[in-house]
Amino acid sequence: MRLSVKHLLGIRDLTRQDIEIILDTARQFKEVLQRPIRKVPSLQHITIVNLFFENSTRTRISFELAEKRLSADTINFTAGGSSVSKGETLLDTVNNILSMKVDMVVMRHSASGAPHFLAKHIPAAIINAGDGINEHPTQGLLDAFSMREKFGTLEGLKVAIIGDIMHSRVAMSNIYLLKKMGAEIMVAGPPTLIPQYIREAFDVRVEYNLRKALEWCDVANVLRIQLERQNQVLFSSLREYSLAYGISKRLLDSLPKEITIMHPGPINRGVELDSDAADSKQSIILQQVENT
Amino acid sequence: MKTVLNEQQLAITIKRLSHQILENHVNLDNTVIIGIQPRGIYVSDQVVREISQLIAPVQVPYGKLDITFYRDDIRKEILLPNHTDIPFSIENKNVVLIDDVLYTGRTIRAALDALLAFGRPAKVELCILIDRRFSRQLPIQPDYTGKSIDSIISQKVKVLWKQRDGKDEVVLL
Repeated sequence: MRLSVKHLLGIRDLTRQDIEIILDTARQFKEVLQRPIRKVPSLQHITIVNLFFENSTRTRISFELAEKRLSADTINFTAGGSSVSKGETLLDTVNNILSMKVDMVVMRHSASGAPHFLAKHIPAAIINAGDGINEHPTQGLLDAFSMREKFGTLEGLKVAIIGDIMHSRVAMSNIYLLKKMGAEIMVAGPPTLIPQYIREAFDVRVEYNLRKALEWCDVANVLRIQLERQNQVLFSSLREYSLAYGISKRLLDSLPKEITIMHPGPINRGVELDSDAADSKQSIILQQVENT
Repeated sequence: MKTVLNEQQLAITIKRLSHQILENHVNLDNTVIIGIQPRGIYVSDQVVREISQLIAPVQVPYGKLDITFYRDDIRKEILLPNHTDIPFSIENKNVVLIDDVLYTGRTIRAALDALLAFGRPAKVELCILIDRRFSRQLPIQPDYTGKSIDSIISQKVKVLWKQRDGKDEVVLL
């Protein structure tokens, strides 16, 4: 068996079988973390560089942990304090690192398509850890893993992706992945944060009313309002957003059935998700983190 | 295709292996049995059932070990891992590893490595249903052997099990 791709640039390029191979492997790997020694030698002698041109906590730490648990050698690189601030180009930076004999690159970059550009120019395997507003494939995979753990299968599962769809790479990866695995998808949020042709492009439901979206779904994947990506005013204030699209425990309790709440983190508490909803029994946010 | 063991011979062989293990581990309270995924567990399931009948009501601790993440060829091809289930410590225990076919010895090498992640056993023994002798690539030999056979590289040993393949038989292809 082989994956159909050399790089993990996005869920868009994966086949359903690829996704299943990855999720099945992850499911068995989870057991390794229960052992007294939480490490296996699968990636021995492989050197991996983690290139983070953008801030990250969870993704960076979980990549580093995963690499260490697979016995790879790792190098960490963050844009601040490097030659990037002296004006070095992306390709030069990466080529310099690769000339030090690196086999694999994990990269996060604020420009959409940056890892695709690298994949064309360097021999190392690339894993996209989030590029601009394009994709965040590993978050998509772990969200799928968490849902599959809870529901057994993604086939026919009703998933509502709620919030800032426009600026969310997590939403894109989730949509591609859930679509390939046969789930039903709805995107919900204010009209200004939902791309105009998303219904036609991805064959998903679109809903502007939060309550209706929650009543429809089994799982609500709540996205973070990306304050750093709001170049223009798309909603008048955070308080207004929170009033119309914030999820509280009271709202969840008033629904006809119990739904599951997910969030890729970091949570803006009190904006898209109230603390009592984020910390409730219906939330699997920390399981999501455990599964990264 | 040549039959190495037919259904009756296979049953007798499993019985004999079980008795041999029991003979060497009279005091079973420090012994654990671990089958190697995916195919070794068909042998170990039967050995454990046999031993349990002989020593009832005492139960011998029984675990299953998957070695996919420890293979030395894991980066050449993707193999889906199976479940590892060792719900006890192997610290200072006598471990009997069970697999169906011993060929190059690389699987057992990986299994020994994987086993160490669960503690430091006092002793590890190897029980094999079919030993393809003279084809080892590593210095590994079984302590309990169901049957030794001579085979060449192009041949394959196939162990068939009733619950999976419809009949119990070992054949040389």
